[in-house]
Amino acid sequence: MGIEQKLAGVDFIATRAEFFINWARKWSLFQYPFVTACCGMEFMSTMCSKFDLARFGAEFPRFTPRQADFLIVVGTVSHKQAPILRRVYQQMCLPKWVIAFGACASSGGFYDNYATVQGIDKVIPVDVFIPGCPPRPEMVFDGFMKLQAIIQAEKLDTHTVENKYRTLP
Amino acid sequence: MSMETIDLLKERFADAVEETHNFRSDHTARVKREAWLPVATFLRNEAGFDMWIDLTAADYQGREEGLPRFEVICHLRRMKDGARIRIKARLPESDPSIDTLKTLWKGADWMERECHEMYGIDFKGHGDQRPLLLYAEFVGFPLRKDYPIGRRQPRIPLLGSEERRFSRPEDETPHGHLPEDKNNG
Amino acid sequence: MNGTSLVNNQENVLETDLLEITLGPSHPAMHGITQMLIKLDGEKIVSCDVEPGYLHRGFEKECEDHRWNQIFPYTDRLNYVSPIINNVAYAMAVEKLCGLEVPARCQHLRVILSEMTRITDHLTCLAAVMMELGAFSAFLYFVKARELYYDLLENVTGARLTYSWLRIGGARWDIPDGFVEQSKKAIPETRRILKETDGLFTKNRIFLDRVVGVGAISQSDAISYGMTGPILRSTGVAYDVRKANPYAAYDQFEFEIPVGRNGDCFDRYMVRMAEIEQSLRILEQALVKIPGGPLSVKDPRFTLPDKQAVYTTIEGTINHFKLIFDDIHPPKGEVYAAAEGGNGELGFYLVSDGGNKPVKCRCRPPCFAPMSAVGKIIEGHMLADIVPIYGSVNMIGGEMDR
Repeated sequence: MGIEQKLAGVDFIATRAEFFINWARKWSLFQYPFVTACCGMEFMSTMCSKFDLARFGAEFPRFTPRQADFLIVVGTVSHKQAPILRRVYQQMCLPKWVIAFGACASSGGFYDNYATVQGIDKVIPVDVFIPGCPPRPEMVFDGFMKLQAIIQAEKLDTHTVENKYRTLP
Repeated sequence: MSMETIDLLKERFADAVEETHNFRSDHTARVKREAWLPVATFLRNEAGFDMWIDLTAADYQGREEGLPRFEVICHLRRMKDGARIRIKARLPESDPSIDTLKTLWKGADWMERECHEMYGIDFKGHGDQRPLLLYAEFVGFPLRKDYPIGRRQPRIPLLGSEERRFSRPEDETPHGHLPEDKNNG
Repeated sequence: MNGTSLVNNQENVLETDLLEITLGPSHPAMHGITQMLIKLDGEKIVSCDVEPGYLHRGFEKECEDHRWNQIFPYTDRLNYVSPIINNVAYAMAVEKLCGLEVPARCQHLRVILSEMTRITDHLTCLAAVMMELGAFSAFLYFVKARELYYDLLENVTGARLTYSWLRIGGARWDIPDGFVEQSKKAIPETRRILKETDGLFTKNRIFLDRVVGVGAISQSDAISYGMTGPILRSTGVAYDVRKANPYAAYDQFEFEIPVGRNGDCFDRYMVRMAEIEQSLRILEQALVKIPGGPLSVKDPRFTLPDKQAVYTTIEGTINHFKLIFDDIHPPKGEVYAAAEGGNGELGFYLVSDGGNKPVKCRCRPPCFAPMSAVGKIIEGHMLADIVPIYGSVNMIGGEMDR
C-alpha cells in the first residue's frame, strides 16, 4: 500500500494506475462468506450453476480472513456472534470491502429483540447493503455490481488504516 | 392408551396429581413438583415411555389467581404403541426449582439448560447449568414476561445507538394485551 | 535391555498436553454457526463441547408479541431449507387448538408442497456433506436439482425460500395453471440427478472409507436423547410421524420408511437418498388428482372473506377489518402437534388464553437432540471425522437456536 499512497499525488500516473488497479481488484474478489442463517441458502444458489457468481471472478471462497478481501455477511448476526464478526473483520488485510447480504444483516430484519444486532453496520463499516428476505440471486448480482462500481471509483489512498478503522471503538 | 396411564398415575400418586385433562386428545397430568422425579421414573420404567420428546417452561405471571407462576412441561412418547403423555408441574416465583430428569433421559440435559437460562428455573442435580443459547455476560431471563422484548444487551460496544424497539406494546391496540402489560413494555 | 522400562522412562520425562482448539463459529464446516471446543490428543478427539446459540434470534419471545397469523414468517425461518413443513406444523397446532377441519384440497396441497421442501432439505444436506468431504461436483448437481423446486414453489407462493404460504385454516394462494405439468417434469429430472450422484458415491471407496463406521449411535441412546428423523431411522427404528400420527393427507398415499442398520454416517446418507426417492413417489401419487373445493375453511372467525364480498358488502368489510387488525381468538387451552420435518419430529406446543397472541409458542426442534449428542459421539474419533458426523446430523441453525 505504500507505493499507492506515494503515487496518489502524481495525477496522470495516479489516474491510470487507479483505473488498472481497481479494474483488477473488482474482477478478482476473494470472498469470505460469513454465513449464518437462511440467506445462506440463497447465497449457495447464487454461487452455483444456475445463477453463477463465477462470471464475476468471485466464485472461490476463502475461508480465512487473511486471504480474503471481501467479507460478505450473510444472515442474522446476534449479539453473541457480534464480537466474532468484528474480530474477523479486523483480521482481514487491506483493501477490504463488506457486503451486508439480506435484511437481517442490513437492519436486523424483523428480529427486533434482545438477541439480534440491528444491522451489522453497528459492528463493522459496510459498503453495500442488499435488502431482501432472502434476496433473490439477481438482487445479489445487482448489489455486487454496485460494489464493483464503488471499487472502480476508488482513489489510490482510499484503503488506509485510518480510513477503514477510524470508526471502530 | 395413555388414558390408562393417566388413570394409573392417579391411582399410584393420588396425592401428587393435581389435575388431569384430555383437551384435544392430549393426555395431560399436572403433578406436584416434589413428585416430579418419582412420576417420571414411574413413566419411564413401568409405563414404558422411553422416548424423550420435549421439556419446556411457561410463565403465567398475572394470569391465573392462586396458582404458582412458572410451569415446567414435559412431553414423552412410548415407542411400542405411539402413546404420548404430557406432565406439568407448577413452580412458585420465590423458589423456581425442580428435580432434573437428566438421569432418566439423556435428551433432558440441553433442554433443561435452555429452560434455566431463559426462565431462571433451577434444575436440582443437573450440575452443568451454563448458558446454552445466550452468552455468559447476559443478565436476566429473557423469556419471563417481565423481561421487555426490546431491551438490548450488546456484548461489544456498538457503533451508533440502539435504543428503541420499532414497535412498542404501548403503541398497539389494547386487544390481546392484559391491562397490566402496559407497565411491562 | 528391557524395552518397556525404556519406554516408561521416556514417558516420565516427556510432558504431554492435550491440544485445545476451537472449531469456531465462523467455519465452513459448521453449517452456519456452532462452536466446538475440542481437546485433541494428536488427531484423536478426547473431549468435545458443542456450543450452540450463535444464531439465537428470540423466536419464542417474538411469537409472544405477535398475533397468531403473524407468526408464520417466523416459522418459515426455523428450518429454512424446508420452510413449508414448519408452516404446516404450526398451522396444524393452531388448527388443533381451534378444532378446525381444513378442507381436503388444502391438505392435499400441503402434502405436495411439504414433500417438495423435504426434497430440497435432503438435497441441501447431502450437497453440503459431500462438498465438505471434497466432492464439489455433488454440491453443484444437487443445488441444480434444488433450483427446480425453488422455481415450482415460486410459481405457487411468490417467494423462493421463505414462503409464509399457509394461514390458519388454509393457505394463502392456490396453485396456478400449469403447476401440475411442471411438477411432473421435475420428478424424472430429479431422479436422473439422484442416479448420477448415486453412481458417483455409493460404491466409491474414498467416500465409504470416510463414512462407514463413523459416528455410530445405538438405538437405545438415540431414543433416550429424543432423536427422530433420518438419524433415528438409520439406527433401525422405523418411526416417522407421517405414519405414526398421520396428518394432512398422508394416510392416502403409499410410501415406505427407509431404515438403516448401524446408525453411522453412511446409513444416514443412504436413508436420506432413499427418502428423496420416497418423497418423489408421494409427489407422483399426489399430482395425479388434486381434489377440488375451497382452499381455506369457510369460517368467518378464521378466514378472510372473498375480495368481492369485502368490496361490495358491509359484512365482508367488517369481517376483513376485524381479522386483519384483531386476528383470530383460539379457545383457551394448550396443545402439542408434530409434523415430520426434514430432520425429524418438528413439534409445536402452544398455550392460548383466548387472546389474539399466544401465551407460549414453543418449537420443539428436531436437530436439538442430535446436537446434544454430537459431543459424545465424536469422542474417540479423529479430527477429520467431525465433518461427516456433523454434516450428517443436518444441523440447521435457525431451528436449533431459534
